[in-house]
Amino acid sequence: MYQIVAKRQLAPQIYLMDVAAPRVAKSAKPGQFVIVKMDEKGERIPLTICDYDAARGTVTIVFQTLGQSTMEMASLETGDSFSDFAGPLGEASEFIHEDIESLKEQRLVFVAGGVGTAPVYPQVKWLQQRGVQVDVIIGARSGDHVILEAEMKALGANVYVTTDDGSYSRKGLVTDVLKELVDNGTRYDHVIAIGPMIMMKFVARLTKEYNIRTTISLNPIMVDGTGMCGACRVSVGGEIKFACVDGPEFDGHLVDFDEAMRRQAMYKSEEGKYLLAMEKNNHAGGCCGGAS
Amino acid sequence: MSKAVRVPVREQCPRERVSNFSEVCLGYSLEEAVAEAARCLGCKNAKCIGDCPVAIDIPAFISHVKKGDIAEAAKVIAQASALPAVCGRVCPQESQCEGKCILGIKGDAVAIGKLERFVADWARENPVDIAEAAPQNGKKVAVIGSGPAGLTCAGDLARKGYAVTIFEALHEPGGVLVYGIPEFRLPKDTVVKSEIANLKKMGVQIETNVVIGKTLTIDQLLGEEGFDAVFIGSGAGLPKFMGIAGENANGVFSANEFLTRNNLMKAFKEEYSTPIKVGEKVAVVGGGNVAMDAARTAARLGAETHIVYRRSEAELPARVEEVHHAKEEGIIFDVLTNPVEILVDDKGWVTGLKCIRMELGEPDASGRRKPVEVPSSEFVMVVDTVIMSLGTSPNPLISSTTQGLEINKWQCIVADEESGLTSRKRVYAGGDAVTGAATVILAMGAGKKAAKAIDEMLSGETR
Repeated sequence: MYQIVAKRQLAPQIYLMDVAAPRVAKSAKPGQFVIVKMDEKGERIPLTICDYDAARGTVTIVFQTLGQSTMEMASLETGDSFSDFAGPLGEASEFIHEDIESLKEQRLVFVAGGVGTAPVYPQVKWLQQRGVQVDVIIGARSGDHVILEAEMKALGANVYVTTDDGSYSRKGLVTDVLKELVDNGTRYDHVIAIGPMIMMKFVARLTKEYNIRTTISLNPIMVDGTGMCGACRVSVGGEIKFACVDGPEFDGHLVDFDEAMRRQAMYKSEEGKYLLAMEKNNHAGGCCGGAS
Repeated sequence: MSKAVRVPVREQCPRERVSNFSEVCLGYSLEEAVAEAARCLGCKNAKCIGDCPVAIDIPAFISHVKKGDIAEAAKVIAQASALPAVCGRVCPQESQCEGKCILGIKGDAVAIGKLERFVADWARENPVDIAEAAPQNGKKVAVIGSGPAGLTCAGDLARKGYAVTIFEALHEPGGVLVYGIPEFRLPKDTVVKSEIANLKKMGVQIETNVVIGKTLTIDQLLGEEGFDAVFIGSGAGLPKFMGIAGENANGVFSANEFLTRNNLMKAFKEEYSTPIKVGEKVAVVGGGNVAMDAARTAARLGAETHIVYRRSEAELPARVEEVHHAKEEGIIFDVLTNPVEILVDDKGWVTGLKCIRMELGEPDASGRRKPVEVPSSEFVMVVDTVIMSLGTSPNPLISSTTQGLEINKWQCIVADEESGLTSRKRVYAGGDAVTGAATVILAMGAGKKAAKAIDEMLSGETR
């Protein structure tokens, strides 16, 4: 069992948990993910790692309640346990293999959208702690949906926040901020975008115009997370890749986002079984975009 | 009944079983088992043993069944196999032990598999202590993967007094026995769990959720974790796809995904959260045992199910019994048919499978006649789900994180056939990770050989 040693709500529907998983904490690297399962009958849910502390033996996960499984997860409290917590899975971010001195000479910007801000955090932390100054653009629906802003600033990153409704900081999309920064003369060498698929698609489209190297992180449907099922397959540069073993990070200019978005909707993400049952009951109506 | 004919085994009737996940084969009763055992000639130079990858003393265990002494029979089997209730159900006996049975020349071979199953099931339900282990010898062996290879290797080493820890990547031990083979062929709670419980009784530790190559590396196992040897039985790996258009459409699954959702995650049971999507009409592409398992699962979930296979029925790699069961359950076989494209609607969902008719030409490298396309014979099967069952390619998680571990051009781990020794000292491997996808019993045979080799290496060392 893997005990929850701390829990806090970061925003409406977004929760953070520190989970005791010493082996995972010791091996985790920025960019990797874990698979969690609540109990015997639960789903295996892939979640990107938000932070890890080898000394304390904890791994931090952040998740948004989307369907039945994540809603049940949110009802767990400090002291409760997950039955299963496997990882770290996937490849670490490629920059951890790069030379620190050359990283220091690069201008990096992270583009984070919504709950996707969480997996950006360990990357920013890893770089800032090694003296690599980075910029971070955080986008959210509204002010109260902005997460980890203070934590990013505490690491020393330059943080820009934008909200869809303008209720906090400024109004607009992350791509508006990125475009402004570039048009005003900031010359980025590498953009790392993590957030909703549609956001990553438009960031990649913009950076393609500007010819800036771009990395994105996918969170597709998975079952085992170790390469066995192939549910997470994605077309990258015309080749089939498995996000769980080849990714989750890929070259944003090569990913077929439209296909990835369609595949993500296969089970309406993790609302899965519940929605499928609803769909069956409504079958006569022919709605829901299922196979008809 | 004539001596040439085997005692028939009771099965759930096809019409009934196609709507449930209970076991198809009901097995022998004691009377039936004794009657079937009585057919065995007890050959002195028994050919059946030689064709059993774990060399069970078949005439010896059957002679005990003949006398009705099932506990003794169980002990004989236990000396060679840790998983008799599994093997009695899923081994391809017709091409192994039963294939060599003298009675098979003029009539039916002895139903060795069904007898093994009977003995193992009896031993589970009656008190027989078969889990004897030697005193601990103070040496530690790590086994990676809790499938047939790993469980066998662990069992043999524990019996010899080694402290064995199995590391399993998934949340449940059993490997392919749990995620791959369906409930209706191999019940999980009764059969698989109890065989694993027997290993635990011998002192085998099982740690789930440990992904070797990620959570821990082989070097850490041999270093800070203090193991004296490692056996890699990590299994088959990544599913293959055909590379045809439309293969990433919604409604196209690998057999691994489809079966894992259903078997490991128990999607067929209402109270489990994992979803599974099976349409009204399913095409399963491939002709092996995994394809049969996927097709029969889809049928039980309510779909009209087709097997699409490019060669003819005679070349189907699946066991005869599986093909027979599938047909009884209404699976439609479209042989000499090869998919060329998956048709997709504007929302990305499968609407059909475009196929081409095939005919058999000259024999190819495998000795089987090579299927060749019949010109202009394309047609469309209207289906909403396609399940690709084309085999697997090895998982890179271990080979890519273990320096000096040699792999071959198919990315399989290179291991000595007799000992399982890899290019790394103290590291052994066996099963699908070495051979590519094969059978449960071949993996068990490899686990057994490696256990012997590990024991020979370590018993010469002092600590």
